Amino acid sequence: MTKRLLISALALAASAALAAPASAEPYFAIISKGFQHQFWQAVKAGAEQAAKTDGVKISFEGPETEAMVDKQIDMLAAALAKNPQGLGFAALDSQAATPLLKKAQTAKIPVVAFDSGVDSNIPLTTCATDNIKAAGVAADKMAEMIGDEGEVALVVHDQTSRTGIDRRDGFVNEMKAKHPKVQIVDIQYGAGDQLKSTEITKAIIQSHPKLKGMFGANEGSIIGVLNGAREMKRKLVIIGYDSGKQQKDAIIDGQEAGAITQNPVGIGQCVVNSLDKAIKGEKLPKTVDTGFYWYDKSNIKDPKIAAVLYD
Amino acid sequence: MTNTVLEQVAPSRSGLFTIAALQKAVAFVALIALIAFFGVSAPNFLTGINLVGILQATAVSGVLGVASTFVIISGGIDLSVGTLMTFCAVMCGVVLTNWGMPMAVGVVAALAFGALAGAVSGLIIAKLKVPPFIATLGMMLLLKGLALVIAQDKPIYFNDTPNFSLISNDSLIGYVLPNFAIPNGVLILFLAAIAGSIVLNKTLLGRYIFALGSNEEAARLSGVNTDFWKVVTYALSGSVCGIAGLIIASRLNSAQPALGQGYELEAIAAVVIGGTSLSGGRGTMLGTIIGAFIMSVLTNGLRIMGVAQEWQIVVTGVIIIVAVYVDMLLRRQS
Repeated sequence: MTKRLLISALALAASAALAAPASAEPYFAIISKGFQHQFWQAVKAGAEQAAKTDGVKISFEGPETEAMVDKQIDMLAAALAKNPQGLGFAALDSQAATPLLKKAQTAKIPVVAFDSGVDSNIPLTTCATDNIKAAGVAADKMAEMIGDEGEVALVVHDQTSRTGIDRRDGFVNEMKAKHPKVQIVDIQYGAGDQLKSTEITKAIIQSHPKLKGMFGANEGSIIGVLNGAREMKRKLVIIGYDSGKQQKDAIIDGQEAGAITQNPVGIGQCVVNSLDKAIKGEKLPKTVDTGFYWYDKSNIKDPKIAAVLYD
Repeated sequence: MTNTVLEQVAPSRSGLFTIAALQKAVAFVALIALIAFFGVSAPNFLTGINLVGILQATAVSGVLGVASTFVIISGGIDLSVGTLMTFCAVMCGVVLTNWGMPMAVGVVAALAFGALAGAVSGLIIAKLKVPPFIATLGMMLLLKGLALVIAQDKPIYFNDTPNFSLISNDSLIGYVLPNFAIPNGVLILFLAAIAGSIVLNKTLLGRYIFALGSNEEAARLSGVNTDFWKVVTYALSGSVCGIAGLIIASRLNSAQPALGQGYELEAIAAVVIGGTSLSGGRGTMLGTIIGAFIMSVLTNGLRIMGVAQEWQIVVTGVIIIVAVYVDMLLRRQS
């Protein structure tokens, strides 16, 4: 019995040493939709940069997968228990979070939404990318590069998340509206998993011999598309989303035509800066479009672009 | 004939009783030690709002732990409890939101579909002789896919059934003791554990579950219809997953079809930390509940302390290994 206690005590003492020290600076809790993907790490980096300049303390957490709606609610509950001066929140499901957000409102804790936002009037502002518009630009680029006609296919991360739906619909609707001769022959979902997306891509290429182009809707999906095309030795116009080392390399060596990037660092900065303004009583706009960029071989080294890409 | 096998099993159960009691005490002391540690090191840990948060975070994993305890004591394993929970939540959503039926029908549907899916697992294991690990791995994927297909990849909201969110979020205790407003989801967890404990210790089914896990062959040779009782065990576990489905759907006011995978491992961890043997024949519901609370206190405490998220996972992994190691040490000493 003593042995067990001793070991647990040691493990916990080790973790205590890793905990952030307490201080009198304002504290903002930020709950994101994930933490392991490079994208969320870039949002976190932006939030930390802004925290340093604004002289505030932050914590940044998110569930392991975007399916874990209830885990995110538990995180939100724990964050509120810490009495933060501000709350940054990217909802996996807005409705599920409403009771806790109401609690934050009653406790006069300012809430700033980010990424796909929160369907509610509680957040003072939302820092987000317009994914529908951005995916539309990807569709225009694709049509331009394949000569405005022929078959294309999509590999999307999932059919339930806001970003999955917006990027798919943004691409598909733009194609239908502006490029009627381009046919979308297949849309498959690979959970953002590189290996699954690779297998999906190979199957799509196998079953559509006339395929001209493919669009991968997030980092995991596009890496799968690149791998699949490489393994099948097929030359396609490939367009991606987000960044990451492998995707950047593929753009530089020409296998990938280009990609859409959001501005994750900017999203993180926007959250902390907006909260800082809120506690100082400044007025905030209803939404902040944190923007997106099309990047390819020609502008990947441009400092403005390079600043928002991550490895 | 049936009695002989039960008598054969009974001594080994009571022989292990003292160790089981000791183990429970160890787990309980570890839980108290964790709470004390976090209480001292994180100022916001022992606040009412946070303790309610911990209880609420345990409701779903605890009920899934109860479901898994039946199966694991019977010498099986059920990897499908997480997605089965989701499947039940989705079926409840279909009945209430898509068909507009009264709430009671939705509750019954969740439990019935849980029992049905559990019985299918049980039949695959008992009649087709597919090992439980594989059979329930298959069911895990099958149910995950079915939930997505039936829900058409979207959450089903319960906005037309306003009372549905009360199942988990209202507090019956709060009406009696206003300062002690523990959400109903937590109450359901404790009721499920008590009922589960009664089934295990006071009923014929419970004795057969222990008999299956201790020595299935002996039970069969003594005339117990082991196939039948296996199916019943998995069906019971499935209907308890239906309860978890109701709690989570009510808490989120929606059936989330993509959720569920990964919860089976949390449930198994709770069962094992609680001293139930993975090889079957030994275990308690109280142990499982304590195990579930150890997991959620740990997660919450590290979070409140502000430990980096990556390290939270490392520490949780270490605690699981330590808990099971101590469990093995105690058994060897006996």
